[in-house]
Amino acid sequence: MKKLATEERDGMSTIVRTVTRWVSAFIILYGLYIVAYGHLTPGGGFPGGVIMAGGFVLLMLAFGKKRLTALLPVARASALDCLGALGFWLLAVAGLVFGGGVFFRNFLPHGLRLRLWSAGIIPLCNVAIALKVTASLVLMLVALSVLRVKAGGTDEDFVSDIEEE
Amino acid sequence: MDLLPLIVAVPLLAGFVLPLVPKRAERLADGLALLTAAVLAALSIVALRMPDCIYAIGGWNPPIGINFVLDGASKLMLLVVCVITFVITLYSPAYMVRFTGKRKFYALFFLMVAGMNGVVLTGDMFNLFVFIEIASIASYALVGFGCQKEELEASFRYLVLGSVASSMILLGIALLYAKMGTVNMAHLSDKIAAAGGLGGAGPTTPEGKASALLIFATVLFICGLGLKAALVPFHAWLPDAHPSAPTPISAMLSGLLIKTVGVYALARVLFSVIGITPVVSNVLMILGALSMVVGVFVAIGQWDFKRLLAYHSISQMGYIVLAIGLATPLGVVAGLFHLVNHAIFKPLLFLTAGSVEYRTGTRQLDQMGGLNKKMPVTGTTSFIASMSIAGVPPFNGFFSKLLIIIACFQAGRYGFAIAAVVVSILTLASFTKVQKYAFFGPLKQKWGRITEVPATMAAAMALLAVLCLASSALMLKGPREFLLGNAQRSLTERQEYVERVLGNKHAGGDESLKSF
Repeated sequence: MKKLATEERDGMSTIVRTVTRWVSAFIILYGLYIVAYGHLTPGGGFPGGVIMAGGFVLLMLAFGKKRLTALLPVARASALDCLGALGFWLLAVAGLVFGGGVFFRNFLPHGLRLRLWSAGIIPLCNVAIALKVTASLVLMLVALSVLRVKAGGTDEDFVSDIEEE
Repeated sequence: MDLLPLIVAVPLLAGFVLPLVPKRAERLADGLALLTAAVLAALSIVALRMPDCIYAIGGWNPPIGINFVLDGASKLMLLVVCVITFVITLYSPAYMVRFTGKRKFYALFFLMVAGMNGVVLTGDMFNLFVFIEIASIASYALVGFGCQKEELEASFRYLVLGSVASSMILLGIALLYAKMGTVNMAHLSDKIAAAGGLGGAGPTTPEGKASALLIFATVLFICGLGLKAALVPFHAWLPDAHPSAPTPISAMLSGLLIKTVGVYALARVLFSVIGITPVVSNVLMILGALSMVVGVFVAIGQWDFKRLLAYHSISQMGYIVLAIGLATPLGVVAGLFHLVNHAIFKPLLFLTAGSVEYRTGTRQLDQMGGLNKKMPVTGTTSFIASMSIAGVPPFNGFFSKLLIIIACFQAGRYGFAIAAVVVSILTLASFTKVQKYAFFGPLKQKWGRITEVPATMAAAMALLAVLCLASSALMLKGPREFLLGNAQRSLTERQEYVERVLGNKHAGGDESLKSF
């Protein structure tokens, strides 16, 4: 941690970095909570995913892009993005296979109301959506920040900070 | 196991799996894409043979849950979308080698196809909006796929205008939901009919007549979906967006996207949900005629091959909307017939333009010349497509235009009939120019060393050229009744649509689960 913080010059001041180091973990944890309890309390995969992505974005702002892409390489984020969508797809098609031939049927046992392990496939759907949303939003913000063009420059002056793969 | 949801699920799977294919295994990506497209084409043919039905997703019966509706019109559109998608996918692997990120291209491509199939099948207004957005957002990205300055500019303009259209559609849906309390199309249709429809014959409630809000929602749908269909006052994005995209995407956008998310969605909303009235019918006809005339006049002056084709798309969409706007049985049949035909010859024209660009590197007609000698397949298929779009017998365009003109006369709309004839002549003139400058005449010195395009590209073009001739058979009574007649009835018979969805014959509903 310390080594990285002194090495990098593109982040923010020490105060911001120190606070971020503490806060971002809690933000991501809170996001996980919103996802896990999505079927019981207000929230779910999308809001939880956005909160988690917020944690990562905070890291990027405080420590710079390199720190974020070391933590979550673009290629891996892109794969997670696809896997989230794929997971959701599999849950829908599982209804077709295990739920008596009905697409999107909630085929798992519904459990006791208001317990964490209840509501069949809905918590699983939330997890898949959260994965997709977190990865997509992080990727979007990285994509928005990696391409720069110098003032008064032309198309050829694009600078990309990160190679794709 | 019901196959209907797979028509949307299979392209979605391809969209999620293809980006995961390793970068070095591009052949694998090509193979997976072709396989997906072939499965889709097979599914659409299976769907054609299925009885008309609805499918309640998740087992939630309408009007509560989302449902898919398979009827004549959706079967016809599925067949068109999936078969043409297959042919265009066949063309893509060889053409797309010039671009990086082929896997991402296929992923976006199949997301767009999933969106279009969803639009065709869905029986829920909000779900319709979601699928329109899936298809549109994928297409915004695909238009800018080359990442050159002009392409990004075209993509951005398309994005802005497309978002305005989407907002209008969403607002229209929200207004209907606020007033009627449902987003299920059939349920909405039932309630609108009970409230007196657009005519305003219904009882006056304390909040005023239902019709005022309904009229506003209808205007929003016509503007929003009209923009997606590139009808003339809303067409400004198309002549930039369609030529800028990689050729397979130009073909998909002009051939399929503007028809499914534009014309089909518009027809479905106006005919099945809101109910067509003489005023709406007139508005559609005027928009159609305007697109037809303006499109062709601008097209004649173009020298960029793909841009010329894009303007002709506007013009041909005008024919379709004019015919469907007549709202007579023959008019709708003629409109759908032209829709099918245009979905065959316009992709073919774009593919030939792409082939020429693939070998010569130019899209300017005056730079080409005599290419028939070097590229016989491209030249011949381009000639067939040009004659089809210009309405020369025995190609398919002749028959559908003939039907449109007859339908106009039958409805007593002589002015529109004459406009259709004149526009057809101008289209012929425009494509004579294309043939003369690009494919006939002396071969230019600098094209001495070019060759025909790779075999898969040539095969895709040949397949579409055969379809140009084969779809003329839809003029015969049997095929016409089976494909177009059923499609027309499912659009115009509003009560039947409502009963099909809200009646008791559900596939996947609770009835069928009792036996499970």
